[in-house]
Amino acid sequence: MRRDHGDRRDRRGRRALGLVALLIAGVAQAQTVAIVGGRVFPVSGPPIEGGTVIIRDGRITAVGRDVAVPEGAQRVDASGKWVTPGIINPATQLGLVEVGQVGETRNATARGRDETRVNAAFTVWDGLNPLSVLFAPARNEGITTVAVMPAGGLVSGQAALVDIVDGGVSEMLVRSPIAMIAQIGNPQGANVSSRGELLLRLRELLEDSRAYGRRRADYERAQTREFAASRLDLEAMQQVLAGRVPLLVVADKASDIEAALRLAREYGLRLIIGSGAEAWMVADKLVAAKVPVMVGSMVNIPGSFATLGARQENPGLLRRAGVDVALIGTGSDPDAYNVRNIKQEAGNAVAYGMTWDDALRAITLTPAEIFGVADRYGSLQPGRVANVVVWSGDPFELSTRVEHVFVRGVRSMSPSRQDELMARYKTLPPAYRNP
Amino acid sequence: MTRTALLTLVTTALACASGGATSGGPSQAAAPADTGARGPTGDGGISAPLADPFPSTYQAPPSRPTVIRNVTILTAAGPRIENGAILLRDGKIAAVGASVEAPTDAIVIDGAGKFVTPGIIDTHSHMGVYAAPGVEANSDGNEATNPVTAHVWAEHSVWPQDPQFPRALAGGITTAQILPGSANLIGGRSVVLKVVPARTVQGMKFPGAKYGLKMACGENPKRVYATRGPSTRMGNVAGYRNAWIQAEAYRRRWDKWLADKKGDPPQRDLGNETLAEVLRGNILVHNHCYRADEMAQMIDIAREFGYKIRSFHHGVEAYKIADLLARDSISASIWADWGAFKMEALDAVKANMALVHQAGARTVVHSDDPSGIQRLNQEAAKGIAAGAALGITISEDEAIKWLTLHPAWSLGLDDRVGSIAVGKNADIVLWSGNPFSVYTRAERVWIDGAQMFDRSDPNEAWRTDFELGFVRRGGQ
Repeated sequence: MRRDHGDRRDRRGRRALGLVALLIAGVAQAQTVAIVGGRVFPVSGPPIEGGTVIIRDGRITAVGRDVAVPEGAQRVDASGKWVTPGIINPATQLGLVEVGQVGETRNATARGRDETRVNAAFTVWDGLNPLSVLFAPARNEGITTVAVMPAGGLVSGQAALVDIVDGGVSEMLVRSPIAMIAQIGNPQGANVSSRGELLLRLRELLEDSRAYGRRRADYERAQTREFAASRLDLEAMQQVLAGRVPLLVVADKASDIEAALRLAREYGLRLIIGSGAEAWMVADKLVAAKVPVMVGSMVNIPGSFATLGARQENPGLLRRAGVDVALIGTGSDPDAYNVRNIKQEAGNAVAYGMTWDDALRAITLTPAEIFGVADRYGSLQPGRVANVVVWSGDPFELSTRVEHVFVRGVRSMSPSRQDELMARYKTLPPAYRNP
Repeated sequence: MTRTALLTLVTTALACASGGATSGGPSQAAAPADTGARGPTGDGGISAPLADPFPSTYQAPPSRPTVIRNVTILTAAGPRIENGAILLRDGKIAAVGASVEAPTDAIVIDGAGKFVTPGIIDTHSHMGVYAAPGVEANSDGNEATNPVTAHVWAEHSVWPQDPQFPRALAGGITTAQILPGSANLIGGRSVVLKVVPARTVQGMKFPGAKYGLKMACGENPKRVYATRGPSTRMGNVAGYRNAWIQAEAYRRRWDKWLADKKGDPPQRDLGNETLAEVLRGNILVHNHCYRADEMAQMIDIAREFGYKIRSFHHGVEAYKIADLLARDSISASIWADWGAFKMEALDAVKANMALVHQAGARTVVHSDDPSGIQRLNQEAAKGIAAGAALGITISEDEAIKWLTLHPAWSLGLDDRVGSIAVGKNADIVLWSGNPFSVYTRAERVWIDGAQMFDRSDPNEAWRTDFELGFVRRGGQ
């Protein structure tokens, strides 16, 4: 690689602060908030000019133009501002990787016990660091909810959806698992030597998982043949075989995506395609199979023989064909440090043919649907979790500021480590005045 | 691209007007013509200042006079011109202002609602040396065999058929410095290219551009050479100083011989030759360096050996020593928001560009990335916004310099490109709207007055040899 990569770090000294924040959160949660006069984008319905959003006990209780502000509610004047659901970044390693090149801060990848690296039982959120200093910068820029995903191997493990709230992992979790992550685009990553072999190994895992599921008792008595994965991995695959948890297959090449579609049909799996640089080439097949995709809008380099067809029109073309599209980060350091740049991804998707409404949907309601939480997340409707952002203008525009962020109804902007550094060096402290 | 309708006469005129290799670049100026025995070629035994053994063969493509009117012009030379007009003729900016007189044979473009800027210049690219697809066979950017490889030249790794070049052009990039990677303390010579189709790298070389020298601080060299050394930052610094000590001795030997020509010429050495050229001021130093404290040490080393650092690259902590950069006239080639990918990138902040700017140093938006290079305008916009959030107001008329004039200065080319002024090379971008908007795209790009990119005409788009067959045009 031409540049060196890395990620994140943890700061133990923050625990006390976190507790204080929790206490404050508990108080603030009872507060009723009325965001008044904004240009409201519910996503689930048409925009409302001069709309009001009422938040109470962490939930949205009303959205509309003629909504009465409850007595005692804290008013947030949003006139001239834009109001949207909290942004969902559906593919991150936030809290899993702090500093990319520092091994002890990397917790997104399981080594696994077998050669092909099947880690279906790896629940990545068990290693999540709620005190990562990279949560605050993301939230301060309007990202309220992120999927945290394992990476590497043939089957990377299970992903979870978390809200960026102060507290521990159990407080942050929205839903887990939301998907089983696998890949069929990178043979070396799974210690095999051809694409077909990846499929073969994945099929073998599915076969054995199915057999295991039918013969658990025999397995416990050691009366089955040897299976290609460990007991815990076979067990973890049951929810995928049952269709309770989708299989998110990372694949770029059109032919790989087709192979994933065949596999999913064969085993009756719920499939999500991730990365999908060439997905536009098989849009009709994705539509027919009702398979959603998670793609970026800034990918147009034939950087490998699997992405020769990469183009920035990908999200727009897919959407126009009728595919459900969630946007993922593809700019610099998209997994952690720049989880916030998912908005720029949306802006670029629009520049290359996606409608603005679809682009907003692609970072709010569509990922909520893909991960099965649309009844709570991704739109501004009564009953939804009150993740709400007030913007100075168009959230995709690079000059736009975030004015307010509410997560579960709590006003949640707080100075990040980056903010502290900037404040320190904007005017040098006296001790630093000599070079 | 519409490089079709042209007159032979114009073609001829342009080739001369463009300052091409035929019009007296450093190759002629540099040849030690008075050495007597040898001709203009075959001087491989002589370590001559400004030698140019791989001269540019670039010639400006043919062009017709072009006028863009009713357009907002960000000049990078002063306040914007609303509803302005610009005339490109014979490869140069011939006129700019509220209105210009259009020659009768001029192409006239209505720029209503659109913006014109100088071509964007990237001081830090590895296009061609880390070409796409990124397979091992195309990995030619780091001669990671010795911590000091001052003897290698990036241009000898550049593959002109890298599909990343046309994509950069479509992002408004007209000039790019191609650097060796950062594995080594001293990585070798850079080369400055025009982003144009060519069969050879010589056909892309910016005529008359100075070479750069790539140096690198910190984690990369000490990681790459952990087993043989340097394995520490103090080892890094000893490595630079040892190299400069030898280079200074080499320079003295050669300068003496070149002055009096007495006796046999000294032994020529490619690495020391490049370093000696830095010491003579003929090659500009581009120093990959993240941390503030290390940058301050590199400044001291430069002073110790009497050279200047032209630009610190990546400089995620440039904001911590912005005053030093301003004092020593060192530009900061930086990202809007890359960070935390390694320890020395941990303190990256989004206001880096704005804080450097506020201190009076030159901010340069660089890419180091074949994707980022396509959207440097968006990176600058993020830098402006981060400044605003911190209470530092930077106008678009100033920030455009981060993308054009400041990188041009960093490459020693600010007398030829980087701003819109009469007589400068006609490297121009026409944007669909305000270039600092996420929705804006480069619509057309001119280099030396020739239109090289037209988004409305995908069938004429530049496709590298590699792309034929492998990459379907426009995804048809």
